[in-house]
Amino acid sequence: MAVATVIEEQKHNIEETALITGSEAIAVACKLADVDVITAYPIRPYDTVMQYVCKLVANGEMDCEYIVAEGEHSQFEIVKHASACGARVFCGSSGVGWMYAMEALTVTPALRIPMIAMVGNRALDDPGAFGVEHNDALAVRDLGWQLVWVDNVQEALDTALIAYRVAEDRRIFLPCAISCDGAFLTHSQAMVKIPSQEKVNEFLPPYDRGDLLLHPDNPITVAPQGNEDWVMEIRRQNYAAMERAYGVIKEAYADFERIFGRSYGNPFFEEYMTDDADIVLLGMGTLSISVKVAIRQMRKEGKRVGFVRMRWFRPFAAEELAKSLQRFAAIGVIDRDYSFGSPYLGGVLAGEVRHALYPGPGKKPPVVDFICGLGGREVTVPDVQKMAESVYKAADGKAQPLTQWIGLRE
Amino acid sequence: MGRLFAIEIIYRGIFQKTLATRISRAIVIAAHHEGKMGISFGRYGDSPERNGIPAKNFAIVATDEQTLEEGMAKYEPKEVDVTLCVDDTLCKGVESWAWYGLQPVNKLLKPGGTLIVTSREGPEAIIAMAHRKETPYQLSILKGTVSFSGLWVYKDDHTDVRLLGAIAKVLPDLFSLQSVQKAIIDEWKDELKATSAAKSYERTSSITVQPNQGNPEVPYKFDLPKWHEMGEGIAIPSIPAGHKMDDPTSHAQGGFQPDRNPTFKKFSTRTMRPVVNFDTCIKCTLCWLQCPDSCFDVTPEGLYDANMQACCGCGVCEAVCPVKECVTMVNETEFKDNSSQWEDWRKDKDGYKVWLQEKIKSHPERSHGFRYRGQYEEQIPEMLEIASEK
Repeated sequence: MAVATVIEEQKHNIEETALITGSEAIAVACKLADVDVITAYPIRPYDTVMQYVCKLVANGEMDCEYIVAEGEHSQFEIVKHASACGARVFCGSSGVGWMYAMEALTVTPALRIPMIAMVGNRALDDPGAFGVEHNDALAVRDLGWQLVWVDNVQEALDTALIAYRVAEDRRIFLPCAISCDGAFLTHSQAMVKIPSQEKVNEFLPPYDRGDLLLHPDNPITVAPQGNEDWVMEIRRQNYAAMERAYGVIKEAYADFERIFGRSYGNPFFEEYMTDDADIVLLGMGTLSISVKVAIRQMRKEGKRVGFVRMRWFRPFAAEELAKSLQRFAAIGVIDRDYSFGSPYLGGVLAGEVRHALYPGPGKKPPVVDFICGLGGREVTVPDVQKMAESVYKAADGKAQPLTQWIGLRE
Repeated sequence: MGRLFAIEIIYRGIFQKTLATRISRAIVIAAHHEGKMGISFGRYGDSPERNGIPAKNFAIVATDEQTLEEGMAKYEPKEVDVTLCVDDTLCKGVESWAWYGLQPVNKLLKPGGTLIVTSREGPEAIIAMAHRKETPYQLSILKGTVSFSGLWVYKDDHTDVRLLGAIAKVLPDLFSLQSVQKAIIDEWKDELKATSAAKSYERTSSITVQPNQGNPEVPYKFDLPKWHEMGEGIAIPSIPAGHKMDDPTSHAQGGFQPDRNPTFKKFSTRTMRPVVNFDTCIKCTLCWLQCPDSCFDVTPEGLYDANMQACCGCGVCEAVCPVKECVTMVNETEFKDNSSQWEDWRKDKDGYKVWLQEKIKSHPERSHGFRYRGQYEEQIPEMLEIASEK
């Protein structure tokens, strides 16, 4: 197994700044986390991570087993097995590459493998667009993967460290995928603070597979075949782990703030100008930038609009979100995804938000869904203003189409 | 509200990718030295880059975080303070994967913004290539050969730092020469490069280009269809096979001209183009056979006419032609239009001969990478001489 000799030499307690992309930030997190095994298979925009990891290894800054697999399926299988043997692992893909690994993606949470994967969000084929859509990562939303979306380079780096801490917690042992919007985050360079190795070591304990370690000294069989007399109990265990993830994530963010002095507030979702808001928009990923700029402009015109940016999609902080959303007269959900034929033909995120609101005791504000930004299309400031107008009308009791396509040529 | 700066770098895909990335990175780092924040990125729609295809990189810088967000809320800037064009043939326009039609090189420039071009040409030649713009803009020429490299090499000929020095001169509000030099030391730890930036700063000057100056042609464009106007199933009609050619003088019909993509004309993907001596052509078919872009039209008399709607300027035709100077590659800067050479020849054979002799004097100087060890060293003296030109 890889030994962290090189990193030991570089131990210091100074925070450096660097101009790097979101993908490079994830690679830097892998270095800081001293990941043991990394597998790679190129697909844009994820490939920018593997390229940077490769560079770090070649430059002697990082020591890990770096394996280029012959396809995404084996790419994810290799790290799954390495993780079972006690290695800290990293993997990732995009779009149809992620889908090609689907069989490996289903067995990974089933075996309680704390794999960290970066999904460079990309539209599914065809027509082979490189731009962002969230359907790739969302394809595993029911399987036991923890899913988190980030919207800037610093958050990408920090969240990767937090993801290791959460996933490798013995109470969880579930994989986690960090979604980074293709192009907007993966290919855009911004200045970030790189935490010191000492602080990372304080935050992130070594991976301990414990009694589940696949090793001759610990004779176990992993994944024997089981049928109806076993499956429900196995599923119930994963259900419990995901249930616990909610609390472990909170713990990890609190510790992160204590050690690194950088706070993300509520780990599960960010609220922007919601304190006095009449209505809110809600979305995930980098579209947050256009939304925030649009909100600042609308507020100059006296429109009190707020924004909720979901970070963690799995586990989904339903109760907490419902409680927050009930403060507003109406909600507009921005879906950078689709779910054809779903209830009210809406996107995935809108369905989840409506679901979160339904069982609660409080009021149920109208939820309008906007499908936009597909295939990497720009979500413009005027697009956001158009959405807010419709949400305001819904708040006034004027019926609005429940699902609207924004920024479409029609 | 603070101030927002945007700089674009127009470059040739693959050959200048590293150059463009280095420049946009260094811009952000230099601005960082003055307490400004910024991001650096490439136009994602330009990917996947192909050899020679026009592409763009951007640096967005702001004096505060909220202003930076305003700049980041757009997929790419709608207007820029400075456009760097690192290959002068791109002044004819930018037709990339990310743009539908031909984008004038100065399209995004703010009124009074500066177009900086690396070129051996004088301002007249550059202005003649660039499309007319409604508002005046500044033109600055950085004397030098075009810095081209292949995918795996980087030609460290100081084009990057010379451009950074020029930016400090034309846009002093963005950053000073001192900050540029600090960024150069940060990034490349090279005092000589910092000196190059200072020399370029001293030499940089600009002239004003007025709205009545430039290429009067309206760049071609087309509108994208609405969703319900498009065919279903991601199926598109193929381009029709083609038709016979008409002789402009005898009106005889014959030969074969393939129909071509009506929406992707490749006018700006070339740095050089073939000119054909129809008098010496032996009709061996090799150029027609070997052209990877099927750019040769077969004329009624069985000659081969390179069609500029399809030619990418790769030079294979010149390489395979067995007749001396029958097919010759010529710098793209030497041409004002994309008309048929064969038609010109048919209309006036003597005039064409004179034209041809004139053109083939201008051999292409662009080299995509290095063909043998020591080639770069051989080029240095000439490059130095050009870089010192006023």
